[in-house]
Formats: sequence, C-alpha cells, structure tokens
Amino acid sequence: MQEHSKFKQQVKAIYRLMAGLFGLFIVVAVGILLLLSNPDWTRKKVPETEQEYVAIPEEDDFDKIENGIHVRTGLIEADGLMAVVNNCTNCHSAKLVTQNRMNEERWIATIRWMQETQNLWDLGNNEEIIVNYLVSNYPPKKKGRREVLSNIEWYDLED
Amino acid sequence: MKRRNFVKKATIGTMASVIGADIVFGSIMPEGYKPLALQDPDPFKMFNKDLGMVVLNDKPWNIEAKAHLLDDKITPNKFMFIRNNGLIPENIDANKWTLTFDGESVSQQKTYTLAELKSKFPQYTYQLTLECGGNGRSEFDPPAKGNQWTVGAVSCASWTGIRLKDVLEDVGIKDDAVYIGYHATDVHLSRDPGKEPISRGAPMVKALQEETLLAFKMNNKDIPIAHGYPLRLIAGGWPASVSGKWINRISIRNKVHDGTKMTGDAYRVPCNPVAPGEKVKEEDMCIIESMPVKSLITYPKSGAMINKGKKLDIRGHAWAGELEVVKMEYSIDFGSTWKSCPIEKPANRLAWQHFNASIDFPKEGYYEVWARATDSNGISQPMLLPGWNPKGYLNNACHRIAVKVT
Repeated sequence: MQEHSKFKQQVKAIYRLMAGLFGLFIVVAVGILLLLSNPDWTRKKVPETEQEYVAIPEEDDFDKIENGIHVRTGLIEADGLMAVVNNCTNCHSAKLVTQNRMNEERWIATIRWMQETQNLWDLGNNEEIIVNYLVSNYPPKKKGRREVLSNIEWYDLED
Repeated sequence: MKRRNFVKKATIGTMASVIGADIVFGSIMPEGYKPLALQDPDPFKMFNKDLGMVVLNDKPWNIEAKAHLLDDKITPNKFMFIRNNGLIPENIDANKWTLTFDGESVSQQKTYTLAELKSKFPQYTYQLTLECGGNGRSEFDPPAKGNQWTVGAVSCASWTGIRLKDVLEDVGIKDDAVYIGYHATDVHLSRDPGKEPISRGAPMVKALQEETLLAFKMNNKDIPIAHGYPLRLIAGGWPASVSGKWINRISIRNKVHDGTKMTGDAYRVPCNPVAPGEKVKEEDMCIIESMPVKSLITYPKSGAMINKGKKLDIRGHAWAGELEVVKMEYSIDFGSTWKSCPIEKPANRLAWQHFNASIDFPKEGYYEVWARATDSNGISQPMLLPGWNPKGYLNNACHRIAVKVT
C-alpha cells in the first residue's frame, strides 16, 4: 500500500514538473513569436536622434577571416592580403580582383595600366608582395576551347 | 533606416581607417557626394533588380542576368544587366539637364535643354538590343582581364526618344564629320574630375541611323538611374558601351573619337586573327562595331528533368548586331545533327527575334540542347569559342542548356 501511494506521489511530482515545463514552454514560445513578429516590442520608443547612437560594435573585427576568406572583401587569406586590401580596393571593388585569373606578367601589366591611366600610385616595396599574392592565389585556370557544363541545378520541369 | 544613418556617420568619422589610409582625391571629393563605399549596399533594392541577378562588381556596379531571367520578349528593368565604368552621378536634376553639341565638325556649338529636345523633335520608340562587348568573357582561355560576364549582359528593352540625326540636322554639321563622341556626368573611380570614366561613340553612318536615339524613356517610363537617367544615347546592335548613359555633351569629331575607352585595347579586337594569348600591338587592334550573331535559350532553365516520352518546349531570342537572324537551329547531339526551328521577324530593325521549338528525345539520359543562329550574311554562331582576343570580347559561342530524360 505504502509502495503504491509512494508511486502515486512520484507520478504526481512528475506530472507537476511536466506541467510546469509545459507552462514555461508556452511562455517562451509566445515571447519568441512576439519577438519575431515585432522585434522592437520590448524596446521603448527612443527619439530618432538618440537612436543614431545605438552602439554597433565598431571594431567588430573589421578584418575578420572566415574559412580562409577575408570577409569584408572576399579575398583569400594569404601572405600579402592586407597589402592588397589597402592598395587595391580603394578605387574599385575587390570583386574585380577575385573575378580575374592572370599570370605574373599580366597582373603586373594590369598594375602598370592602372598606374598609367587610373591614378594608381607607386606601390614601392608592396608591389612584389601584391604580385606574389595575386599570382599565388588567383592564377589562370585552364579552360580549353569550351568547358563542360558544371554546377547544374537539376529540377523537375512541370508543365 | 536610422541604423543606416548611424553607420554612415560612424563610417565617415573613421573613413580613413575604413577605406584605407588614403582617400584618393579626398580633398576634391564633391560636396554632398556620398563615397560609393557608403552607398546603399543592397543593389537589388537600390536598382530594383530581381534577386536572381548576379553582382559581378560593386565598385563600379556590374550586374548580369542569367539566361532564364531573359525570357521576356521586352526586357523589364529588373532583369536588365548593369555595366558601369565609373560611379553613378548623384543629384541629377532633369529640369536643369542640358545637352551640348561641340567638336571640330560642328557648324556652331549649340546647347539644348532636355525639355527642348523633347518638344522640338518627333519621338520614336524602338525595341533595341544592347549587349555588352565583353558578354561571355568568362569563357576565354587564357582568361581575359575585366568583369567575368557569362551570358547575361544583354537586353532588349523598348526605348523612346528622338533621333540623333534630327538633332544633328538642326545643329548643323560640317562635311568633314567622321565620328561622334559622347560625354557624361558619371564620376571616375579615382574621383579625379579631370578623368572621364568612359567617352565612346560611333562613326557618322551609325549616328545617322533612324534607330539611333537620344532616349529619355525605357519601357515607357523614365529611364532608371542606373541605366542613364535622364538622357541616354542608344545605338542598338553595337557594343552597349556606345550607348552612353547620363550624357550631357556630344562632340562631332573630324577624326575617330579618342575619348576614354576608345583607344588602346578597350572595345577593340585584333584586326587579324591571333593565337590564344598572343601579344597584339596597339596599332593592330580594331574598334568593334556591329556585334556578332548570337542566341540564348531562355526557357527552360538549364537543369530541367522531364519524363521519357514527353516533348520539351524551348524558346529564346536571337540577334545579329546590324543584321537580321534568318535561320535558327538546335541540336541535342552536340552538333552531330541540327534541326531548324521558327524564328520570328524582329519588331523593328536591331530588335532581338524570338524562336521556339518542341523537342523529342529518343531515349533516357543526359542531353544538352544547343542553339545556333545564322545571320543574313550566312554567318553562324561557333560551337567553340570564337577567336581569342586580349580583352575577351565577342564570345558568341552557342548557348546550351542541360536536360535529363528519366
């Protein structure tokens, strides 16, 4: 008998715990839903001028590297990266670098062209660092006279 | 919005460290000019482009479509590629916009307001194919320098404006006129006000064509800012760089125009064919005029899987620069056999033409559908890359899509 009531008590305790957890779950779920539908619901209306000073971590690792890529520019992390970032992304986007594949001679010719016509400055000692970086990380890729189709996204064609 | 303002302010404060130690020509940066690094970073919103468009470059802006996005007969803005050489002008005031004609071969320098141009000359609307000279550059081997366009730097919108030839008649040009060259208000990437990002043009014979327009409307609305608002020269069938955006001056030259990107190897190909990778002397490079015959399969999107026994309907567009496409063919066996399919007449000269076909596949497996257009001179698209050239222009190799029959 004692065994039985003890068992009953245990069941009740578990039930209460479950009910409590369920209640907590409901509260959290409603909270999340509210946040999702209106992210600002907890925030007080702040005058617009003040909002301009909402802190954005200014130096949130400005030159963050993720998976070997310099996040801000998309350039490959390797020796000479910052020389390239500082000298080659002032006028044009780094995308103009990462799209291209050239050998040493043609990367240098490109730099000369920018110096002669596009106001690129003398790179001094950085030139060798930059050219090495470019040739090592963005060398030409053999494509032949026509490449096979790649990266095909297959899908069922409905009528 | 507010957050962006904050970022903007914070960024201006630390701009030197953000953009690098030096801001080139920072001292001569026009007042009120937002450096590009601070412009709205979402090009899709900023330019009203479809999210399927591909950003090749964000400084300057270069954005291309994919083949299946170009399915419309008249390309809407959201699928139109952007090719910019410099920074988009800011604070454009169409009410104060003027266009000046000058140069060695103009009888007398003359300036018109935009309103005068619109009211004084008859207006025409044409569908005009504009293709970037470097469309397809990404396929060249050895690779060519520049934005690596795949297939999507082409469009055919409906352009409304006045004929350049009507205005030139009013201006008065001398007999020794050879070329026109446009000038515009876009800003050089280095922000050097002494440099023009691009200033190209065309020989008089192209300038005087009926379809060569000073356009102020695209698809019946004001031209979107990225495409040249409020005034754009439109020269269909030629490299789209001839169709200058944001133009405020046209020089009538007594020689071939020598503006930015008219000289050197810009928009030029070897006058005589060269081996891949060969060095070509500057004097052996010739200016690209009419674009070559080309076509695109715009439906279905590459990668379609269909059931055996079902027909595959395909469609797309074909164009041929100054010429017309007279024959359209497709192959499902890598060029071993070709079948003809109907090609519509162009809506007007220099508009792209539409084709369609219904294809039977003999058995299950992997196929590629290749499309090939032939122009009125009997010239067809090559299946392999055409002649290599240092800057990777004029790749008009056949377009193809992958299909699986299961």
